[in-house]
Amino acid sequence: MAKNTRILMAKPGLDGHDRGAKYIARALKDHGYEVIYTGIRQTPESIVQTALQEDVDFVGLSLLSGAHNELFPKIVELLRENEAEDITVFGGGVIPEQDIPVLKEKGIKAVFTPGTPIDEVVEFIEEHTKK
Amino acid sequence: MLDKIIDGNIRAVSRAISLVENDGRDKEALIDQLYPNCGSAVVWGVTGPPGAGKSTLVDKLIKRERAQDHKVAVIAVDPSSPFSGGAILGDRLRMQRHATDPNVFIRSMASRGHLGGVAGATSDAIKVFDAAGFDVIIIETIGVGQTEVEIIEISDIVLLVLVPGMGDEIQALKAGVMEIGDIFIVNKKDHHGADKLKAEVEYVLNLKDTKNSERNPVVMTNANLDEGIQKLHESIYEYLETIKNNQQLKANRKKRLVSEIKNILTAKMVEQFSNYVDINQEIKKWSEQVYNGQIRPYQLINDKIQSFIKELQKNDIEN
Ligand SMILES: Nc1nc2c(ncn2[C@@H]2O[C@H](COP(=O)(O)OP(=O)(O)OP(=O)(O)O)[C@@H](O)[C@H]2O)c(=O)[nH]1
Ligand SMILES: [Mg+2]
Repeated sequence: MAKNTRILMAKPGLDGHDRGAKYIARALKDHGYEVIYTGIRQTPESIVQTALQEDVDFVGLSLLSGAHNELFPKIVELLRENEAEDITVFGGGVIPEQDIPVLKEKGIKAVFTPGTPIDEVVEFIEEHTKK
Repeated sequence: MLDKIIDGNIRAVSRAISLVENDGRDKEALIDQLYPNCGSAVVWGVTGPPGAGKSTLVDKLIKRERAQDHKVAVIAVDPSSPFSGGAILGDRLRMQRHATDPNVFIRSMASRGHLGGVAGATSDAIKVFDAAGFDVIIIETIGVGQTEVEIIEISDIVLLVLVPGMGDEIQALKAGVMEIGDIFIVNKKDHHGADKLKAEVEYVLNLKDTKNSERNPVVMTNANLDEGIQKLHESIYEYLETIKNNQQLKANRKKRLVSEIKNILTAKMVEQFSNYVDINQEIKKWSEQVYNGQIRPYQLINDKIQSFIKELQKNDIEN
């Protein structure tokens, strides 16, 4: 069965910069993934509904505005409420070192700070892809 | 799973679509089981060149449909990269305000190498949505140009989105694109040349020999500003009413079944034959033989099929 890995790239929060998210989306496409891109200023609710409808394997969250400590865990929680805890959540953006362990504890499986080589992201996805 | 799909459970519907997309083992049984629950949804195809405003239009049409309390599903197809196999699926970006409406279900689909403007799994995904109780299923094709003809085979009504400034419009129109549409949309009417394009489309349509009442509507829109959409929406329902009354809808659906069954037959025959010989393995050897002049192509294939049939008959007798 030919299974393609599907990834939702989403931007929660209020900042309007999506260059980073778009760059990652394109890079992941070039590595053979199907990437759903939904644009800026998405609420946690709309991100989770989108993840469910699109039956994605991963949700990648990108955020520059500093609200990651509330928004990222909120999305993990909503996925859980919808019995979709099998969807792997990772995050990226401008995120202070000290916040990363807290986010991981709350179910964000990886956090990529700016400048992370794309190969590292791909490696993470391969590792967490359900066979 | 079946009951949940028919109930319209999001995860069940979503997973069922992945199953048909991935051509999973249980796909055939699932589709056959859903079949008795299919047939009540109306399928709208939306096609047209890249960037014409298809997704923006669909967003506005969803709004009209929701105002009538219809349940709406959207399948938005984007191309897979022929190099990596990956895809960026960006159509739903323009429809995201409906994301949390429980009666709107948007699904992005990569073409995965399928030609014709949709994905190979699109028609099976339509059945899943149909069985799940959606009233309207909107299919947005890849905007590739003139080859997205497959949309005719899977939809009840096709909306062809055109925009001014495509260059040599009238040539494109004559070259068969016009055969695709039931309703013609001149979008971006705020752009220069929209009136001219509309006149040209109407001119070409007038060349067709149809009764006045059955003439294809041409509607001008500005999808961004939500202008002309009400008129478009009304035209869609008038057109559907017309083809219901003149039995065209029924005839189209029967025609659709013919090609659907044909496709299944062809795929299954090839599958059966592949169980008998490993085509991918053998085909190189065969072409080598043809290249070397040992055998002619038709003769080769006829021989192979003959021995395949003999094998089948032998098995029949043994059983
Ligand atoms: N000026 C103007 N721009 C429009 C109109 N409708 C859509 N657009 C813009 O055209 C661009 C493309 O719109 P989409 O809806 O993504 O077009 P599409 O046909 O779905 O594009 P693909 O799916 O990529 O083929 C967007 O920037 C829209 O805002 C319109 O009526 N007037
Ligand atoms: Mg689009």
